[in-house]
Amino acid sequence: MATRLTRRTSPEALGLSADDLRSMYRTMVTARLVDEAAFRLNRQGKAPFVVPVSGHEGCQVGTAWALERGRDVWVPYYRDVGVVLVAGMTPYDIFLGLFAKADDPSSGGRQMPNHWGSRRLGIISHSSPIASQLPHAVGIAYAIRYRGEDAVVGSWFGEGATSEGIWHEALNFAGIHRLPVVFVCENNRYAISVAQNKQMAIEDVADRAAAYGFPGVVVDGNDVLACYAAMKEAVARARAGEGPTLIEAKTYRYFPHTSDDDDRTYRSREEVEEARRRDPIRRFERVLLDLGVLTASDPEQIAAEIKEDVERRIDEAWAAPDPDPATLYRHVFAEPVDP
Amino acid sequence: MTEKNVVTAIHDALHDAMAADDRVVVLGEDVGARGGVFRVTQGFLEEFGEARVIDTPLAEGAIVGIAVGMALHGLLPVAEIEFADFIHPAFDQMVSEVARMRYRSNGDFGLPMVVRAPWGGGVHGALYHSQSVEAFFAHVPGLKVVVPSTPYDAAGMLRAAIADPDPVLFLEHKRTYRLISGEVPDEPYAVPIGPADVKREGTDLTAISYGLMLHHCLEAAARLEREHGISVEVVDVRTLNPLDRETILASVRKTGKAMVVYEDNRTYGAGAEIVATIAEEALFDLDGPLVRIGGPDVPAMGFATNLEHAFLPDVDLIAARMLELARF
Ligand SMILES: Cc1ncc(C[n+]2csc(CCOP(=O)(O)OP(=O)(O)O)c2C)c(N)n1
Ligand SMILES: [Mg+2]
Repeated sequence: MATRLTRRTSPEALGLSADDLRSMYRTMVTARLVDEAAFRLNRQGKAPFVVPVSGHEGCQVGTAWALERGRDVWVPYYRDVGVVLVAGMTPYDIFLGLFAKADDPSSGGRQMPNHWGSRRLGIISHSSPIASQLPHAVGIAYAIRYRGEDAVVGSWFGEGATSEGIWHEALNFAGIHRLPVVFVCENNRYAISVAQNKQMAIEDVADRAAAYGFPGVVVDGNDVLACYAAMKEAVARARAGEGPTLIEAKTYRYFPHTSDDDDRTYRSREEVEEARRRDPIRRFERVLLDLGVLTASDPEQIAAEIKEDVERRIDEAWAAPDPDPATLYRHVFAEPVDP
Repeated sequence: MTEKNVVTAIHDALHDAMAADDRVVVLGEDVGARGGVFRVTQGFLEEFGEARVIDTPLAEGAIVGIAVGMALHGLLPVAEIEFADFIHPAFDQMVSEVARMRYRSNGDFGLPMVVRAPWGGGVHGALYHSQSVEAFFAHVPGLKVVVPSTPYDAAGMLRAAIADPDPVLFLEHKRTYRLISGEVPDEPYAVPIGPADVKREGTDLTAISYGLMLHHCLEAAARLEREHGISVEVVDVRTLNPLDRETILASVRKTGKAMVVYEDNRTYGAGAEIVATIAEEALFDLDGPLVRIGGPDVPAMGFATNLEHAFLPDVDLIAARMLELARF
C-alpha cells in the first residue's frame, strides 16, 4: 500500500528560503490569475478554448519546484499552468498560446492552448490523447541514464490518465529499469464528468506503484510544502539511481473541465464550495503569514502587481502577429534549420 | 560484394550502424537473448550489451512511445515490432505522436527514429501474421514509410532510415527474408528514402509494385519477354511516403500502359493512390486501361495452403493480366 505523507516538514528543513517561499507563492497566484483572466477572455470571445488550473496550483508548483531548470526534463499535461511557470514559461508565453499566435512557444498556434512544449526550457511537447506522453517521459529517462547524465524527468497527469493502457505500459517499463523519472498524479476526483469511483475500484492511485515495483506516495495536493517534500525525496531517489516514484496529490479543480464543459451536470455546487475551503493558495498564505514571510498587506499587494503584469501581457499577446497560413506545409519533415 | 539474403542484409546493416554509433539502440520483443524471432538482431546482445539491445515487455505502444522519448533525448532508437500485425496497439503512438511531433511543435522537436516491422503473407501466417499495414501509415503525413524488397535496397535504406532526422516505418516483407538473395557491397552505402527504382527496363507496359509482389512482377515480366516478346518495365516503389511520383509517371508516359500490383486488399490500398496519381497526371499518355491487382477485400489470408494461395496474387495471374494489357 502507498505511503501517506502527512508529516508537516518545516520550510527550513526542506531547504526553502524566505525568497523561495515568496517565489512559490507568487507562482501559485500567477497561475490563478492567468486562469481567471483566461475565462474572462473566453467570455469576451477572444479565447476560444480555456483549460483551467484553479485548485491545482499547490500540487503543481510544489512538485515542479523540486526539479531544476536547465538540468531536468518536464513532461506536463494540459492542466499544468503551474508546472510550466516553474519550468520557465511566462504569462506572455501562455497568452500567446491562448490566442494561437505565431510566437506561441509551444506550437506557433498549431495546437490548442495548454499543449505545452519548449525545447529551450526542456518542456516536452505533448498532444491531446490522454497519457500518450507517459512513455516519452520514460524513454527520456532511459536516454538520460544511458548517456550517464544526472537529470530527472517529471511527468504529470490526472487520475483519469491512469486508466489508459499506455500509462501502465510506461510505468511498468520504468520500474523494470529503475529509471530516473517521477510520476505525479494530480487526482482531482474527476475525469471531465466521470467520478473516481467509476474510474477505478481503489481509493489511492498511488497503490498502483506496488505493481511496478516502486514506491507510491499519497500527499495532500492542497499543501504545497507537502507536495514539495514528497517530490524532493522522489527526485533525490531518482538522481541517486534508486528508480521511479509515483506521487498522488489529492486535489480538486474549481472550474469546469474546460471552457466547453458545464460541471453543474455532474457535481453539486456544495461539493465545489466545500473543496474551495481547502484552497491551496489561501492555505499557503496562512503558513507564510504565520512564519512572517508575508505581512498582512502582502497578499493583496502581490495580487495587484501580478494582475497588472498579466493585463499587460494579455495586451501584448493580443497584439502579436497571427501565424502565417503560408507556413501550413512547414515542419512536416525536417528543414535545414530544424534539430 | 557479398551474396546475401534480405534478412542477413538487414542484420548486417543494423549491426554496422550499431558498431559505428553508440547512439543507436534496438528495442523490442525477443530482440535480446533470442536475437529476434527472425534473427535480425542475432548476436547483438553479446556484442553490444543489454543497455543497447533491450528486450522490452510485451507492449507495442510502449515500444514505440519509449523510442519516442529516446529520440527526444539524443539516441537513435530502432524499435522492432515483432510482426507488423501487432503494430495496431501502437497505432496511437505512431499517428498522434511519432508522425506529429515535428509538426505540432512547429519544428521545435524532431524524432530521428526507426520502427521496423516484418509484414506480408506467403509464410503460413494466417490472419495475424500476414498483414499488410502500409496503407494505414502511408496515409499519415509526417511518417516516412519504406518497403524495400531486395537485399541491396533493404540494407541501404536501413542505413538511410537510421541517418534520417525524421521517423521511418521500415517494412520488411517476411517472405522475401530468405527467398530473395543478391549482391550487397561490403562497404557502407545508403539508398535514399524517396526515389523509386526501375528494376527492369521495358517499353510495352509498366508494372508498379513492392514487396513480394515486386518479385512476382519481375518473374512475370521475364516470362512475357521469353514467351511473347513483350517488354515490361517494372518499377519498384521502395518508398510509399513520400511517393516518387516522377519516376512512376516517367515510366508510364514512356510505355503508355500501367498496372499496379500489391498484396494488401485492394480497396483504399497503396495501389489506389498510385493509379489515382497516374489518372490525374498522365491520363492522356495512356493507351490502355489502368490495371490494379490487389488482394481480395476480405479481412486477411487464411492458414490453409490453398486459402493462402487464393488470397495472394501469383505469377500466373500477373502474367495473364500483363498479357491482356499489352494486347489491349
Ligand atoms: C485518449 C483520450 N480519450 C479521451 C479524451 C477526452 N478527454 C480529455 S480530458 C479527459 C479527462 C482526463 O481526466 P484526468 O486524467 O483525470 O485529468 P484532469 O482533466 O481531471 O486534470 C478526457 C476524457 C482524450 N483527450 N484522450
Ligand atoms: Mg482528474
